[in-house]
Amino acid sequence: MCRFILARCGQAAIVLLVMSFVIYSLIGLMPGDPIDLMIASNPGATPEVVAHLRAIYGLDQPILLRYLHWLAAALQGDFGFSRTHAQPVMVVLLPALLQTCKLMLSSFIVSIVLAFTLGVYASLRPGGVADSIISLFAFAGISVPVFWLALVMILLFAVNWHVLPASGISTVGDGGFGDQIRHLILPVTTLALASTGQFTRFVRAAMIETLRMDHVRTARAKGAGEGRVVLIHALRNAMIPVVTVMALSFGSLFSGALITETMFAQPGMGKMIFDAIQGNDFNLALTGLLFATLVTLLSNLLADLAYGWLDPRIAL
Amino acid sequence: MIPAMPTTAATGTVRAPRPLVALDGIRVRFPAGRRTLTAVENVSLHVDPGETLALVGESGSGKSTLGNVVAGLQQPTAGTMRFRGQLLDKATTRAAQRAIQIIFQDPFGALDPRMPVSAIIAEPLLIQRIGTAAERASRTADLIERVGLPRDALNRYPHEFSGGQRQRIAIARALAPDPALIVADEPLSALDVSIQSQILNLLGELQRAHGLAYLFISHDLAVVYHLADPVAVLYLGRLMEVAPREGLFATPSHPYTTALLEAMPRIGRRHRRAVAIHGEMPSPLDPPSGCVFHTRCPKAQPLCSVEPPRLEPAPGRPTQLAACHFKA
Amino acid sequence: MSGGTADPAATPPEAHDRRIVTAAIAPAVSPWKLRWRRFRRHRTGMGSLVVLGLLLVFVASAGPVAHFLGVDPYETDLLSQYSPPSAAHPLGTDDAGRDELVRLMLGGQISLLVGVLSTLVGSLIGLTVGVVSGYFGKRLDAVLMRFTDGMIALPLLPLLIVLGAIDLTKLGFSAEFAHSGAAGFWRVVVIVALVDWTGIARLTRAATLALRERDYVRSARASGGRPAYIMTAHVLPNVATPLIVAVTLTIGRVILFESVLSFLGFGIVAPTPSWGNMLNNAQELVTTAPALAIYPGLLIFITVIAVNFLGDGLQHAFDPRSER
Repeated sequence: MCRFILARCGQAAIVLLVMSFVIYSLIGLMPGDPIDLMIASNPGATPEVVAHLRAIYGLDQPILLRYLHWLAAALQGDFGFSRTHAQPVMVVLLPALLQTCKLMLSSFIVSIVLAFTLGVYASLRPGGVADSIISLFAFAGISVPVFWLALVMILLFAVNWHVLPASGISTVGDGGFGDQIRHLILPVTTLALASTGQFTRFVRAAMIETLRMDHVRTARAKGAGEGRVVLIHALRNAMIPVVTVMALSFGSLFSGALITETMFAQPGMGKMIFDAIQGNDFNLALTGLLFATLVTLLSNLLADLAYGWLDPRIAL
Repeated sequence: MIPAMPTTAATGTVRAPRPLVALDGIRVRFPAGRRTLTAVENVSLHVDPGETLALVGESGSGKSTLGNVVAGLQQPTAGTMRFRGQLLDKATTRAAQRAIQIIFQDPFGALDPRMPVSAIIAEPLLIQRIGTAAERASRTADLIERVGLPRDALNRYPHEFSGGQRQRIAIARALAPDPALIVADEPLSALDVSIQSQILNLLGELQRAHGLAYLFISHDLAVVYHLADPVAVLYLGRLMEVAPREGLFATPSHPYTTALLEAMPRIGRRHRRAVAIHGEMPSPLDPPSGCVFHTRCPKAQPLCSVEPPRLEPAPGRPTQLAACHFKA
Repeated sequence: MSGGTADPAATPPEAHDRRIVTAAIAPAVSPWKLRWRRFRRHRTGMGSLVVLGLLLVFVASAGPVAHFLGVDPYETDLLSQYSPPSAAHPLGTDDAGRDELVRLMLGGQISLLVGVLSTLVGSLIGLTVGVVSGYFGKRLDAVLMRFTDGMIALPLLPLLIVLGAIDLTKLGFSAEFAHSGAAGFWRVVVIVALVDWTGIARLTRAATLALRERDYVRSARASGGRPAYIMTAHVLPNVATPLIVAVTLTIGRVILFESVLSFLGFGIVAPTPSWGNMLNNAQELVTTAPALAIYPGLLIFITVIAVNFLGDGLQHAFDPRSER
C-alpha cells in the first residue's frame, strides 16, 4: 500500500515537473515580456537601458537556465510578484484557490447527487420513457456550451425574472451568509449541469452492467427486496468505475470553473488565470496554471486510492 | 525423421539427404513477472521434405510455441533453426517465409473479416511480391477450387462461411506461395467431427499432389495416427519420445506416451482403461527437477527426480528415441 | 478506465458474425449493409443525421442569402446597431450593424470547418500514436501511455488559452502571417488538435494490442509481412469501426472547444465570424439584445447534440450487443 502511494506520488511529481517546464516555455512565447511592459510605461528608455534591464532580469539567458532559476526559487516558495496586482503571487492566488474549491466542490456534490439519482433510476428500466428522457437530458448536458448555458441562466434568472444575482460573490453592504449563498446558486448550478450529463451516462451504464451480473441475480433469486438489490448489491459494484471516472474528470471540471467564474465574475482561480493571461501577468498565470495542474493531479491520486479501497481485488 | 541430436550418429541410421527444417537445442523462455516461464527446453528435431511430423502433447506442453518458432513467429531464446541446411539470415529468412506457411486452430480468427476471400488467399503472394496482379488473380481462382470451394466464394467475406469452409480458405491461403512446409497448429480441433475428416482428407490429398511437408500440431492421437509419421511427444516443453508412427503406437517406449495412448478413446473398446496419469501438469514456471514427468510417472524411481534423462534409442529399436531412465 | 460503458475496442468487430456462420453460406450481405440497417432503426441517430444535413444546408447558403438580401456581412454600420428583425435583416443586426442571419451562416461554416479539421488532425495524431504504441509495445508504449495519461488528467482549457495567446512571431512566423485571419484559423485547428488526440490514441492502442495477436495478423507475419504492411492492411481497417464512433464524438467536443476559445477571445478573431466569437460581448447582449445572445449558442448546442446522438447511433450500429 505504502509503496503504491509513494510510486503514484512520484509519478505525479514527475508530471508536475514536466508540466511546469512546458507551461514556463509556453508563457515565454506569449506576446511581449516584462521589459516591453516597462518600456511601455517609460517611453524615454534608451536601448542601453533596455539591454541592462534585460540582463538584470536574466532575460538574455537561454530558456532552460531561466527555468532552472525560476524552479529553484519556486521550490523555496517564492513564485515572484504579480504585475497586475502588485502583490506577491501567493497572496493573490490563495484566496482565489479557496474560492474555486468552494465552487468546484459544491457543484461536484450537486452533480454527483443528481447523476446517481438519475443514472440509477434510468438503469432500472433501460429503454423506458424515464430512461429516454434522462438520456436526452444527459446528452444535452454533454453538448451544451458552458458559457452559453451561463448566459441563458443570467438571462432568465437575473435579467428577466430578477430572482438571483448575476455576478460577484456578495452584494456590497450585505455580505451575509444567505447573500453569499444566493450568489453561488447560479454558478454552481451551471457548472453542475455541465458535468452531470457525463456522470449520469456513466452511472447508468455501470448500473445496467452490474444489474446483469450473476451475484445481483443471485441476490434477487434469494428474495432480497428490489430496493436492497439495487442499492446494496448493484450500486456498490457500479461505484468502482464511476468513482474513478468522476475523479478523473476534475481536470474538465476546472475548465468549466474557469468559464463559470469568468461569466459570473467570481474571483476564483479560473478567472484569475484568464485575467493574468490577458494582462500579461506572467508570474501569476504560470503559478495559477501550475496549481490547477497540481489540484488535478491530487484528485487523480485520490481516484486511484478510492479505486483500491472500493475494489478489494486490487491489492495495493 | 531422426532428431538432430549428437546421439543420432551413434545409432547409425541413415540420415535423410537434407532436412527441410532442422531445430537444434531450441529453448524458448518468456518473462512472467519476476520469474521466467520455460515454454520449450532443448528441443532438437527436423522435418524432411514431404513428411508429416506430428507434435503431440497436452495443452501447455509447448507444442504451439515450437510451431511458432518454425513459422518464424517466435524468436528462440537459445538454439538454432536451419532452413534447407542454412542458418536464418536476411536472405534465407525471406525464403523461409515463403516456403513455410501456417494455419491455425480457430477458423474464425484466422481470416481478416475486412478482406474478401480473394485478397486473403492472395496475401502471401502480395507480401512476397510474387507475380503480377493478373497472375495472382488466376492463381487465387485455381487455389480456391483446389481446396474444394466454388469460384464465387472469392468475392465474399469470411463471415459468410462456415468453420470448415473457412479452414479451407486458410489452407488455400497457405498454399498460395507454393510452400514446402505448412505448420498446422491444431487445424481440426475447432471443427465438427464430420468436417474434421473432410479437412484431414484434403490435407492428405494436397500433400500427395504437392509434395508438402506438415508440422502437424495436435492433441488428438487418432488424427495423428491417420496423418502423421513420425510423431514427437512433448511434455512441459521437453521431448519425451520421438519415433516412427507404427513403433510409437504399437510399442510406446516412454511411460508418458503409454499413458497418452491409454487415455485415447478407441472404437471397439467399451471403457477407457484406467487413466494412467494422475494429477495436474506442473507449472512451467516451476518445472520438477530431474525428469520433468517424474511427479506423475507410474514408473518413477528416486533417480528420476535427480537426473534428467537423455533422449536415446529404446533398447533394440534404433529409430525410436525416448527420454526416460526406464524406457520400455 | 472507461467504466461500465461498452468500450468499442473491447468488442471484436466480427463477433456478431459467429451466429450467422452456422448456415452453410449465408446470403451475401456486406457488414456495412448490416450496420446501416441497424443504424436506420436508431431514431435519435437518424434524426440527428437529418438535423446535421439541415445545418449543412443552412451554413452553405450564406453566400446566396447574403446576395438575395443584398447585405455585406463584414461591413460595419454603426447607425443600424442592434436593429430589430426586418425584411432586410430577418434576424436583425448585431453590435456593428451587420446582418445576424448571414453572420450565423458564415460563423457556422468556420465553426464546423474547425470542428472537422481539428478532429482530423487530432485523430491522425492519436491514430499514429495508438497504432505505434500498441504494435511495438514495450518501452515506447509505456512512455506514450504515461504521456496520454498525463494529458487526459490536465485541465485543458487553461492550456488552450495559453496556446491561443502564444505570439506566433516568437516562433519564427512573419508578423504579417501571425496577424492574418488564416493564422487565427489554423492556430485554433492546430491547438485544439494538439490537446484532443489522447482518447483516440488510447482506443487505437487497445484495439491494436488485441489485433496484434489475431491469427490473421500472425499468419501475415509468418508470410513475411512487415509492420508497415500489417498496420495498413490489417490493423487500420479493423480499428476503423470503433474509431468512427470516437471520432464522431470528438467532433462535438472540438466544436465546443473552438466556441469557448473564440468566445474568450483566443480563437477565431473578428471580423471573421464564428459561433463562439459572435458571443464575445455577450454580457452586453444579455441586456441590450437578448436574442443575439441566444442564436449562436443555440446553434452550437444543436450541432453538438446532433453529433453526439449520431455517435450514439453509430455505436449502436457497430456493436450488436448494445441494448436499447
